[in-house]
Amino acid sequence: MSNPEQQIGWSRDDMAKRVAQDIPDGSVVNLGIGIPEKVAAYVPEGREFIYHTENGLLGMGEAPRDGEGDPELINAGKKQVTTIPGASFFHHADSFSMIRAGHIDVCVLGAMQVSENGDLANWSTGAPDAIPAVGGAMDLVAGVKTIYVITQHCTKNGEPKLVDTCTYPLTGPGVVSRIYTDLAVIDVTPEGFQVVGLAPDIDLDYVQSKTGATLLTAPPRIET
Amino acid sequence: MILKKHTTPQEAVECIHDGATVMIGGFGEAGSPIELIHALIDHGATDLTVVNNNTGSGHIGLAALIENGCVRKMICSFPRTANSTVFADLYRQNDIELELVPQGTLAERIRAGGSGVPAFYTPTSVGTPLAEGKEVRAFDGQDHVLEYGLKADFSLIKCDCADRFGNLTYYKTARNFGPIMAMAAETTIVQTKTYVENGEINPEHVVTPGIFVDRIVCVPDPAHESELVAQGVSYP
Repeated sequence: MSNPEQQIGWSRDDMAKRVAQDIPDGSVVNLGIGIPEKVAAYVPEGREFIYHTENGLLGMGEAPRDGEGDPELINAGKKQVTTIPGASFFHHADSFSMIRAGHIDVCVLGAMQVSENGDLANWSTGAPDAIPAVGGAMDLVAGVKTIYVITQHCTKNGEPKLVDTCTYPLTGPGVVSRIYTDLAVIDVTPEGFQVVGLAPDIDLDYVQSKTGATLLTAPPRIET
Repeated sequence: MILKKHTTPQEAVECIHDGATVMIGGFGEAGSPIELIHALIDHGATDLTVVNNNTGSGHIGLAALIENGCVRKMICSFPRTANSTVFADLYRQNDIELELVPQGTLAERIRAGGSGVPAFYTPTSVGTPLAEGKEVRAFDGQDHVLEYGLKADFSLIKCDCADRFGNLTYYKTARNFGPIMAMAAETTIVQTKTYVENGEINPEHVVTPGIFVDRIVCVPDPAHESELVAQGVSYP
């Protein structure tokens, strides 16, 4: 990695491990494509998660060993996967009923931008020559009970991804609960972004300098 | 006697007319009825509206159908593929139309279309560009958008096992859109890996009841998209 930002803060695996710690035992979890997929490697001792993949599988297991894959047993990212004992297959409409009606507990997604009121943009830059592609992201954010975002704090060009207002087209308004970046863990609260954890050797001023919105640190005061 | 079997893919698709709406099963390569799609290319129908989650890979299957000029419009959720520029090139030249639909909304529109439900409200896409121009209505304090059921003239799907009545079972994540597309088309054409006598599929295990199936083609050893793409195959 040429980006010096990669040298400090949490690695992608650290971020994934941190997310896994926050997922309660027994949760049904949908992991987005990319960094979110790493979360599955860090299930804390003593907890059991069931992974849902929206193309029609509950009980998704690890990637197959070399030479043992099946081109018709894949995840939403179209990578070959396996099933765990107790897995089930179902068609697409049932799969999205699980999503839309709140049967999935946690979804971990990547992001292009998150705003301080929890708006998520992760499907399109809105560029005129881009091929728009949304997949299941809008269904997931509309229906899953808890939406976690895992992302680098800034873009490859150093632009903040955590902003006061998203400039990219939204995936959903006010949907994100918590953001895990290479620099910090940040909650979306009614008052805005609240830092709840910092990566080792990272201070709040540094995180603020990389964020396009004001960060709160003390618990927000409740006005009476 | 009820016998829903045709001998060849060619015979099964020859009724597909220019301008038809065709649902094609599959999520990526899983469940893609490649042999039926290739027969459709050979048949030469044009001006098709095709419903699929994606836009195909390489230069075979759905990508080849698009590349061969058969498709006027795609209705899909994710028209980007790492290994194909067929759709992207046509789209940028304004030579193909795109109706982009969130994946779950696409699935529910198909289920509704096949279920006699003309429209429904969903929370998906509220507050996004994909809800623009659509009716919004609040239920229990939450906004929902109105979406319409989707029907087709034909569906082309792939299953694992079929019997004489058209009862179907599927294979792993190749099931995806198959069961709902079978319901939503005027004529559903199925390619199956195995064809068995009635009674050999346990009625408890039937996924698609035969009432939704019109024609069956047996393809015992279907091609896999990723293998054809890796070999650099173009169709025809």
